[in-house]
Amino acid sequence: MRLLLRRDLVCQQAVELVTDYLEGTLSRSARRRFEAHLAGCPHCTEYLAQMRETISITGRLAPEDLTPQMRDEFVDLYRRWRSEQP
Amino acid sequence: MSRPWPWLGRRSARPILSVMDSDGELLLGLRSGDERAFVSLVRRYHEPMLQLAASFVPSRAVAEEVVQDTWLAVLRGLEGFEERSSLKTWLFRILVNRARTTGTREQRSVPVADPEPVVDPSRFDASGGWADPPEHWIEAAEGRMEAGKLADRVRVWIDELPARQREVVLLRDVEGMSSEEVCTVLALSEGNQRVLLHRGRSRLRQLAEDEFRGVR
Repeated sequence: MRLLLRRDLVCQQAVELVTDYLEGTLSRSARRRFEAHLAGCPHCTEYLAQMRETISITGRLAPEDLTPQMRDEFVDLYRRWRSEQP
Repeated sequence: MSRPWPWLGRRSARPILSVMDSDGELLLGLRSGDERAFVSLVRRYHEPMLQLAASFVPSRAVAEEVVQDTWLAVLRGLEGFEERSSLKTWLFRILVNRARTTGTREQRSVPVADPEPVVDPSRFDASGGWADPPEHWIEAAEGRMEAGKLADRVRVWIDELPARQREVVLLRDVEGMSSEEVCTVLALSEGNQRVLLHRGRSRLRQLAEDEFRGVR
């Protein structure tokens, strides 16, 4: 694999490809290069894991619920709207 | 004959709609005029819509007006909704259109390929390898998350993102929309959506690292 060396990624390039990698939008050869870099680089492997963790944490934010008062207001809004329907 | 397990499989005449119901079920409820379906929908999306609207307009008060208007538009448009997109995409699309026409933010230009790197260049050596590699924080974050003590911080970080990155992160990662849906809602190209997502996520990762490294 020595021949590939010239085309090898460096870490600074690899971090810019993380989203394309996760989105599955890298070309096959680019993905292979990215994965080959990860295989030899614990720091970039950690970086990728942290990006995944970041996405996972953001995905676990639950929306705040309405206050009971706001809920009542929306019930009113709905009833008013219904009453205006033919 | 009495039922052996009366608490199982019993159907009430009108199913109780809750925030746990799928959007599809809520849509059915809405179409049959069930006000509980409407309230469930509002409970699910009001806050996320406010958060997104706030990104387009100058104040929280204006954002609230936009969202209120959106709910009315949703009620009025329900009959004509053809389900060519998901209910959620439709809702957010109405919201963004209203927020854009209300917003005073000047016409936003398309983000050009910005050469700005997502990781501080000083963290790499001359050959582009890590000089100051990422510190471990995943386990610490999971611990704080489970203790319910991280979510509020993460919300603050999201608020601190530049508006366009925040919009994409909110829809993609908080709301869990697909990239196609986000592009539809925000009228973005796939490429621009990805650039904004990349910056936003990378920035959040950095903020998490700072948090657990004790910088902030």
